[in-house]
Amino acid sequence: MSGHHQHEEAGRATSPYAARIRAIEALLLDKGVLTEPEVQDSITYMETRSPANGAKLVARAWMDEGFEGLLLSDAKAAALQLGIDPEHPAEFIVVKNTPGVHNLIVCTLCSCYPRAILGRPPDWYKSFEYRSRAVREPRAVMREFGFEPPEGVEVIVHDSTADVRYMVLPMRPPGTGDMGEDELAHLVTRDSLVGVNVPRS
Amino acid sequence: MTFEPGDSVRVLPSEKPGHVRTPGYLKGKAGWIESLIGEFPNPEELAYGHSGLPERPLYKVGFRQADLWDDYEGPAEDYLYADVYEHWLEPGEGESA
Repeated sequence: MSGHHQHEEAGRATSPYAARIRAIEALLLDKGVLTEPEVQDSITYMETRSPANGAKLVARAWMDEGFEGLLLSDAKAAALQLGIDPEHPAEFIVVKNTPGVHNLIVCTLCSCYPRAILGRPPDWYKSFEYRSRAVREPRAVMREFGFEPPEGVEVIVHDSTADVRYMVLPMRPPGTGDMGEDELAHLVTRDSLVGVNVPRS
Repeated sequence: MTFEPGDSVRVLPSEKPGHVRTPGYLKGKAGWIESLIGEFPNPEELAYGHSGLPERPLYKVGFRQADLWDDYEGPAEDYLYADVYEHWLEPGEGESA
């Protein structure tokens, strides 16, 4: 193993997958396909993406009906308007929860997720259990996250099987009429952007 | 474009191996076209170093959960939407949804 992988020294993961990734990375570097600065840039890129971006989009949509319209019709343009670069996903679609419809996102085939906006998905999102159960028993999965859609609400599961990355626009919690945009954004959790739960209230 | 929103469709029960983006649980199932998402290079070709051209239409397809799972727990108004490439769809039978 070459000695220039400083970022790997602390807390090295020991799984066979981590070992395989390290081997592939070392080969790509040794063969000149990638450079160390490119690897670092890529890590930095992912670390600057976080659910806070999704929360900003949601809070603005709650405050501004025109922005909500843009978010639902052209989510990448909406992201750019808030200074969030939605570069990577080929398509980025935001689906809106309403008093009659609750949306839930999953990728059964792998772990597609709007990384360019929200960063890395949580481990549970990538688990076989979530990926198989979210399509088959979404209501049971949501109950385990602490959320049960009220009586009469349709549940729509979106399986991001191909070139689209999805995010949920949750409903604004009641009693938040006095809150400003930053305060509202703090209510928006990562789980509520995937749809396994609703925002804090 | 072969399909319009509202058209009934059925997912082909193909066993094609490789980097297919049609999950097994939808194969052979009946649904309807919600919308055309766009046209994209075919991921089944792209994954193996080919161009993936010509681009293929990708549709958002709707399914009733009760049509997917015999023992589905939940009301008949629960749905599942998945993104399915046109070459995985054939015209369905019966009324449009």
